[in-house]
Amino acid sequence: MSSSTGRATNDTFLGMPAVPPRSPYGTGHLRGERTFPRAAHDELGNEQLRRNLGKATHSIRAKRLAVTGELPDWEQLRDTGSAIKTDTMNRLPELLEELERKVTERGGTVHWARDGVEANEIVTRLVRDTGSDEILKVKSMATQEIGLNEHLESQGIAALETDLAELIVQLADDRPSHILVPAIHRNRDEIREIFLRHIPGVDPALDADPARLAAAARAFLREKFMTTKVAVSGANFGIAETGTLAVVESEGNGRMCLTLPETLITVMGIEKVLPRFQDLEVFLQLLPRSSTGERMNPYTSLWTGVTPGDGPQEFHLVLLDNGRTAALADRIGRAALNCIRCSACLNVCPVYERTGGHAYGSTYPGPIGAVLTPQLAGMHGAKGDPNSSLPYASSLCGACFDACPVKIDIPSLLVELRHQHTEQAGTTAEKLAMKAAATVMKQTGLFTTAQKAAGLGRVLAGRDGTLSRLPPPLSGWSDSRDTPAPPQQTFRSWFASAEGAAAMRAAADEGARHTDDPQEAS
Amino acid sequence: MTATARETVLRRVRDALSLSDGPAVTVPRAYRTGRSLPDEERLALFVDRLVDYRAQVRTCTAATTAAVLAEVLREHGAQKIGIPPGLDPAWLAGYDGETVTDSADVPAPRLDVLDGVVTASAVSCAETGTIFLDGAAADQGRRALTLVPDLHLCVVDLSSVRTGVPEAVAQLTPEHPITLISGPSATSDIELERVEGVHGPRTLAVVIRTDR
Repeated sequence: MSSSTGRATNDTFLGMPAVPPRSPYGTGHLRGERTFPRAAHDELGNEQLRRNLGKATHSIRAKRLAVTGELPDWEQLRDTGSAIKTDTMNRLPELLEELERKVTERGGTVHWARDGVEANEIVTRLVRDTGSDEILKVKSMATQEIGLNEHLESQGIAALETDLAELIVQLADDRPSHILVPAIHRNRDEIREIFLRHIPGVDPALDADPARLAAAARAFLREKFMTTKVAVSGANFGIAETGTLAVVESEGNGRMCLTLPETLITVMGIEKVLPRFQDLEVFLQLLPRSSTGERMNPYTSLWTGVTPGDGPQEFHLVLLDNGRTAALADRIGRAALNCIRCSACLNVCPVYERTGGHAYGSTYPGPIGAVLTPQLAGMHGAKGDPNSSLPYASSLCGACFDACPVKIDIPSLLVELRHQHTEQAGTTAEKLAMKAAATVMKQTGLFTTAQKAAGLGRVLAGRDGTLSRLPPPLSGWSDSRDTPAPPQQTFRSWFASAEGAAAMRAAADEGARHTDDPQEAS
Repeated sequence: MTATARETVLRRVRDALSLSDGPAVTVPRAYRTGRSLPDEERLALFVDRLVDYRAQVRTCTAATTAAVLAEVLREHGAQKIGIPPGLDPAWLAGYDGETVTDSADVPAPRLDVLDGVVTASAVSCAETGTIFLDGAAADQGRRALTLVPDLHLCVVDLSSVRTGVPEAVAQLTPEHPITLISGPSATSDIELERVEGVHGPRTLAVVIRTDR
């Protein structure tokens, strides 16, 4: 079986295609306050964070390897998953229209949002129409990205997160730091503190045992599930062929929110569409194994519009752009849209493991965040845009590419973004230095002189033969690295010296003794 | 006239595609499909996966269904259980507790006072230990019924257990509300340490009928 498709043709729109806009500057959570190196510098000082993260990422890596390794066709599944996503992007216009048609046929209402601001307005209006001033939330990256909770709050609507980790983050007035486990930067003692302080009527004798902490959250939310009339969710997949939506979860809070309220509002990024229902057979294998290292996550809900007598009788689907079309317009960068938000790349990344998620300043941290955030929100929204530092938040080791279930070549995307940033940045100290280096290296005389001058660097080096601080503009480099002192003598000057000549003669004699060629033996 | 959000987003998508010129792609499908295993192997695989999720597993035959269900309910001290309207009444012939037949107009708090719920299932996947519930089937009931009570006792006919995910997904009716269940509810949100029993049922008991 295979399906081959060309690209969508456009019969209605004549004229030159316009580059779609990024997510509007200053909205939502796709940009931090500080550049990555600056934020990372502070996060690295948090030993508790590094311990929590190290422990968590190592345990999940082992689990992921075990459950992906037991499938003989894992690589074939990855190939298919990757191709389905690429094919989806190629056919996005008709797939979105088909999804809209199917959801509408089944009694749902579809809304379109150009950006996060518009999506927030749509959700606010829909909640108002129900007469409710409180809603329940299913964990959702898209609603985090657009800052929905904060917007609702400003409009007098209380939004309560129901996923355990999201609840922890919300109660502590904190920000998520991981795609899958948003409170990964917190340990059990910190969580106990948060619950004691913020959950009304919690048992003051609550200890830090994870099972009892989870039970406290269960007790707190139980009554809310039974009484709240409106829920807002994201979606892992939206099936164009049938209009079916999917939410993949573990705790059952998702099922509660998708089942018990009267009204359900789902906010879905347009890239989450899949062509056919059958495609689930691939992604229901790729996602849980990559994400939590389980053969299957405990609960997955599939629903299609409205079902009389079962679940919410009013269903709204909000399709969100918010910079996704800008990413799609980039020949290389569009691959980032294939992401299924499994978080495997975060868990294997040596940089993420040390800095944590907050350093990236975006809802999307880690390797995928470093490529997706600049695509959605741009890198040059203003002078000194922190997002322009994200493509450099990587050692390019490639572990993320190996772990990605849909084979997004994150290192190549990072390099492309670095290139785009350099092109945009105009004349920088680095650019001038490189230009000067090129001039020097082209001319032997200049190069020899420069090497001699570099030898003077030894004077600046410490006793251990390293330079710990370089003068600006190189100080940015030396802030986090030691530079070895230049050698006393360049290779060229050694080669030209008596010592060099003697060494070369000795080597030639040695070579002659060992050669097998009689012609060469004398 | 200003363009609607719908028109704008769709135009942007089309513009983006003409700017980025993505490669046409053929979707390869070389992963395993259409697998089948003999009954005994499928049963062993399914049980192994269920136990791994810390679900409780029993087997029975059509003839011993009522006795085994009564035993499991007694073990859990379930005095009052909910059942979907289409559940085979013979299954509960040995149960002496109170039975409440569910319907669409029973409010959720009324489900919260039940000790447990007994349902059938649509299809299962042995390789992942996943049970698929079809909310439109009269013997499985609406989704809320299997979610709110603490104990879910689910009856699975071995003939409905497929080997892998593709074989199981192929059995579904996409338009029905479908819930995939793999063990009891769980979270790994605290230090990535797995804890069972969060918002969904704390206990999943699976009774597999080996001659059905």
